[in-house]
Amino acid sequence: MKAAPFSYHAPSSVDEAVGLLGRLEDAKILAGGQSLVPMMNMRFVQPSHLIDINGLDELAAISRADGAVGIGAMTRQAALMQSDVIARDLPVMADALVHVGHFQTRNRGTIGGSLCHLDPAAELAAVAALYDAEITVAGGGGTRVVPFAEWPLGYMMPSLAPEELATEITFPLWPAAPGHAFVEFSRRHGDFAIVAVGCLMVVDAAGAISRVAIAVAGADQVVRRLAGVEAALVGETADAGTFAEASRLAGEMNAMDDAHVSAGYRQRLARVLTERALGEAARRAGAGARI
Amino acid sequence: MSEKHIITLTVNGVTHTAEAEPRMHLGDFLRLELALTGTHLGCEHGVCGACTVLVGGEAVRSCLMLAVQADGARVTTIEGIAAADGSLHPLQAAFHAHHGLQCGFCTPGMIMSLAAYLRDHPGAGEAELRDALSGNICRCTGYQAIIESGLAAARAMGGKAD
Repeated sequence: MKAAPFSYHAPSSVDEAVGLLGRLEDAKILAGGQSLVPMMNMRFVQPSHLIDINGLDELAAISRADGAVGIGAMTRQAALMQSDVIARDLPVMADALVHVGHFQTRNRGTIGGSLCHLDPAAELAAVAALYDAEITVAGGGGTRVVPFAEWPLGYMMPSLAPEELATEITFPLWPAAPGHAFVEFSRRHGDFAIVAVGCLMVVDAAGAISRVAIAVAGADQVVRRLAGVEAALVGETADAGTFAEASRLAGEMNAMDDAHVSAGYRQRLARVLTERALGEAARRAGAGARI
Repeated sequence: MSEKHIITLTVNGVTHTAEAEPRMHLGDFLRLELALTGTHLGCEHGVCGACTVLVGGEAVRSCLMLAVQADGARVTTIEGIAAADGSLHPLQAAFHAHHGLQCGFCTPGMIMSLAAYLRDHPGAGEAELRDALSGNICRCTGYQAIIESGLAAARAMGGKAD
């Protein structure tokens, strides 16, 4: 299938891109193109203008400062997988990226594109949820910062106005490096997740969970943090019994039906994968003897 | 709207300047404008991998990249991997020797994907090759022979596969 006609623009700065977004009617940003171009080829999307930001090298940097990792929106998924900063400071992202498409699509696909497309099964959105990442957005009136909790407004709908451009995603690091896990179930390797669960956990010297984050992709219409399950876990002993009980709560999360699987199936996967993720994160957090 | 752009790119070492409508993806540009029909287009939404080419040395779906985005780029297609004297690339030779193709439709994408992967992972074994080719679909279901071909090529290319 072939895309419908459109005009092509290749700005050389963020300001120019934002200017084009403000001036042109029915314009879309082209980042890595691994979701937008298929949708255009199938004519699900027929923008009048494409604004290609692949030339904006200023948006492709990974930086480490002030207890946070900043990632430019145009950073390729392949570059994230090869980054020493990501491997050291955000290892859960490295684990999640293994599940994102295939190496050929990761050579083009970007973190900003993934967060703005906001597929409910997007692994990188789950990682952003785990860290309460902040998305910097440039618009005609300057920039604003959106915490990930306020980023999804609904199914595949980020808090991004038509004239705005996401420029950077900031991941505030935890004071103590957490144990991490990212587990996913899909029919075939590289397919969209039916359900994926990411987990971060800190276990104190007495073996109790002092901090935990759980994010679920694929189950509901948007990526969800399981705040209730997290609250139930804090202060509890990091052991298999605790995780089994908490996972039952995870299995009660809201989930969607679609042509492939039922909501009940997704809820069951949310329970099973949460239990696995908690166990793996706890082992990495040093609670090995008790799991 | 949709005015044509003039682009210049290097394909298999040859520099071409041509017009491209913005909506024309790189795969169609290679086939229709440059008559390089070795690159095959299957699904045209990034799933089948048949259209894989190298852009700047990296394997990408040519159906998911616009031709205008390849302005100034260095592109390698299946037509460009044999040696100048016509002798086959180790992957081509291995696919021939190990019957790594049946109908041949997916083969250019398989070989271009493996060419990039084995360059970056010269010691890759069977599990790694299966992972690397998980985004390349063969509807003859000939994966076993494809993997055997890839492993043989890895050995021929000096890796320590197996």
